Amino acid sequence: MVSIDLAVGGGATAGAEAPRPPLKAEARGLDFMYGDFKALKAIDMPIHQNKVTALIGPSGCGKSTFLRCFNRMHDLYPNTRYSGEIRLLPDDVNILAKSVDPIEVRMRIGMVFQKPNPFPKSIYENVAYGLRVRGVRSKAVLDEKVEEALRGAALWNEAKDRLNDLAFEMSGGQQQRLCIARALATDPELLLFDEPTSALDPIATASIEELMTELSARVTILVVTHNMQQAARVSDYTAYMYLGELIEFGETDQIFIKPKRKETEDYITGRFG
Amino acid sequence: MIEFVLLCAGLVAVFTTAAITVILVYESLGFFEFVSLWDFLTGTVWTPLFANPSYGILPLISGTLTVTFIALLVAVPMGTIIAIYLSEFAGHRVREAVKPALEMIAAVPTIVFGYFALLFVTPLLQDTILPNLPGFNMLAPGLVVGVATIPTIASLAEDAMRAVPMNMREGAYALGSNKMQVALSVVMPAAVSGVVAAYVLAAARAIGETMVVAIAAGQNANFTFNPMEAAATLTAYIAQVSLGDLEHGSVAYRSIFAAGLVLLAMTLVLNVAGHFLRRRYWKAY
Amino acid sequence: MTAVMQPAVERPDVQEMRRLVAAGKRNQLIFAMTGLACTIFAVLVLLAAFLDLLFDGLPRLSWEFMTNFPSRRATEAGILSAWVGSAMVMLVTMLAAVPIGVGAAVYLEEYAKKNWVTDLIEINVTNLAGVPSIVYGLLALGLFVYQFGFGESVLTAGLTLALLILPIVIVSSREALRAVPGHIREAAYAMGATRWQMISDHLLPYSRGGILTGIILGMAEAIGQTAPIITIGALTFIAFLPPAPITGEAPFVNFAWLWSEFTVLPIQMYNWVSRPDKAFQLNAAAAGVILLAMTLVMNGLAIYLRYQVRKKIKW
Repeated sequence: MVSIDLAVGGGATAGAEAPRPPLKAEARGLDFMYGDFKALKAIDMPIHQNKVTALIGPSGCGKSTFLRCFNRMHDLYPNTRYSGEIRLLPDDVNILAKSVDPIEVRMRIGMVFQKPNPFPKSIYENVAYGLRVRGVRSKAVLDEKVEEALRGAALWNEAKDRLNDLAFEMSGGQQQRLCIARALATDPELLLFDEPTSALDPIATASIEELMTELSARVTILVVTHNMQQAARVSDYTAYMYLGELIEFGETDQIFIKPKRKETEDYITGRFG
Repeated sequence: MIEFVLLCAGLVAVFTTAAITVILVYESLGFFEFVSLWDFLTGTVWTPLFANPSYGILPLISGTLTVTFIALLVAVPMGTIIAIYLSEFAGHRVREAVKPALEMIAAVPTIVFGYFALLFVTPLLQDTILPNLPGFNMLAPGLVVGVATIPTIASLAEDAMRAVPMNMREGAYALGSNKMQVALSVVMPAAVSGVVAAYVLAAARAIGETMVVAIAAGQNANFTFNPMEAAATLTAYIAQVSLGDLEHGSVAYRSIFAAGLVLLAMTLVLNVAGHFLRRRYWKAY
Repeated sequence: MTAVMQPAVERPDVQEMRRLVAAGKRNQLIFAMTGLACTIFAVLVLLAAFLDLLFDGLPRLSWEFMTNFPSRRATEAGILSAWVGSAMVMLVTMLAAVPIGVGAAVYLEEYAKKNWVTDLIEINVTNLAGVPSIVYGLLALGLFVYQFGFGESVLTAGLTLALLILPIVIVSSREALRAVPGHIREAAYAMGATRWQMISDHLLPYSRGGILTGIILGMAEAIGQTAPIITIGALTFIAFLPPAPITGEAPFVNFAWLWSEFTVLPIQMYNWVSRPDKAFQLNAAAAGVILLAMTLVMNGLAIYLRYQVRKKIKW
């Protein structure tokens, strides 16, 4: 097992250590089963508030599976079972509990997918979708929030004159930023990114990475990536997973320069995976 | 050699279409030697078998359109709702039970539905909400053809919806939508051309339907859009005249080909439109 | 109870969220119920049609009914000429549709190159599937009855229905052929088989389940067809049977039956249902029961066959 430092709550601890950043969420003893297959094994991981946490690991290590637990995506499919907890702070509530409605969880936690998936609607309506689902009807409010979200995704200038055009007409990179705007429009507390740039060209990738860094000032971000360099560029904390287990977690600098576990080092130096 | 024989088998389909076109056009041309095209297309009285015949096709067209309209009024909403339900809501077991049941509806010979329309539905309507409904009317066959068309719409529309990638649905769920919101505001718009293709193809089938209307709508060509009246459709007319004694080469004989040509033209336009809509739809995914 | 999440400092709208989720659940339930209700309604109508037919027709079924000719007296009328006629017409239909349909399917799947001829054939097959059945009757009237001079006969009816079900047979056969994986073909070629040998020795045997399913579905469609048969002039009062195909004297098989006038089950039903006399309507119902039973059995057989084929496939 891995020992992880947890810092809970705000405020500095006594002593010479710098104050640890507060947590937004925390996984505790998380197991996940697809039918009889145990895809995630006893994961304990902190997610620090307003920081970018990256999940890395070879294909099939469970990082996307883990990510999708956070917004209860697995509930959409049969034969899936969670056990253990993911606690969302400051409520300190287990969002995996059966008594918690997944829709409510998804209203608070947003997701951006690997392949951009805009709806067959206009750019405006794509971004406004989440707001409409929350019952927002006033055009003034919608206009304002749509603009805010598009600015937050660095898409406003490109989109402002074509808000009524179909989202499909945008390029891949623009579509992905649209999906980010769509997720931002509802002020999520936690934003999940599932390999957000693997379907994009390098220039679009760079702009998304830049965006993630900017956004983290306002939103907590958890990103799955198969690209280690991306994790090193973008994240504050990194978690290395292998075969459903969390092998090592720590600050990105530490993980990449001085990993504590040999498995981590092997992966990072490219000896396998 | 074998390849040639098999090619000929394939060409039978082409030959059939050619033969249909040639025969219908040829006999219709013979028809139009006696009847002016203008009278045909604009006349509102269709009495080819009278001593003093009249050849306006509009009553047959109005009969066809009225019955088709009623059928679509039933089949489109119900077929669509069933499609959404099966595609987005129903669990595996429900789907396994429902789909064969719908296939069964589609397998019933239409003459059985004709019997049902005349001897069950019309009396039922007469006994309950429409006491003034005549024995022959367009409402009962319209409703029955509608129910018979539900499986067509349900299965084509459902195919269109199931083809919408899960990726797009997940995007909607991730924003906090429930199933109904995902189904109505994301899946339906994404599947729209496939769904409309289903409606168009169903309309073509309703237009080509013969037995239900021949039995239950009566045989009197009547230029009206009122479903509470008896009328004849293009298909019923052809059937009716064929049952009598047809003198080969007479105007009355040729009139069924003229009616057939109009019928073919209508269904062809719809089928081609439906085909292109489906093609456009599959291309998108 | 539920509602475990407490309102947080930065999320004053959680209560609102919860309200929306609950309202959404209600709407969803209503929608799902509506969907189920529509489905049940459609099935109920089907059931009503069946029961109506059974209720009226079952009492009328009897050995006499099956072996009598039609008669002006309703209680003495029977469907002998009708079901014999149907059987004969179905025989011709099958003999015509199977070789042409399967042949065309084999050509399209195994021989055809990507050229305009292939496209033309495919477009036509799709097109023909959408042509109203009564138009096939008009084709038959002009072509088979008069042009070829086959008259209003069993042969004409069989050929017409064969053309009508051709798209069904072709499409199902193509699917069945397509389902056979490439390595079977490759193995045959590797042993030095010609294309036709590969097809007849390997491909067809493997795909026969699917092809048979398509044929049965086509026949089920054909047996209930009324409109095209009306158009070619099937008579409705036939108090005789077409000549038997097999006779006791040489040459033992004769073809006179092909040219005979005839009637079929749906035509007989149509004739009876059109009479205002209630007794004849009961006869129609009885004929309908037989027709429906045959159609359902055939469809059931096809579904069962399709299921068996899917199960057995172990490539």
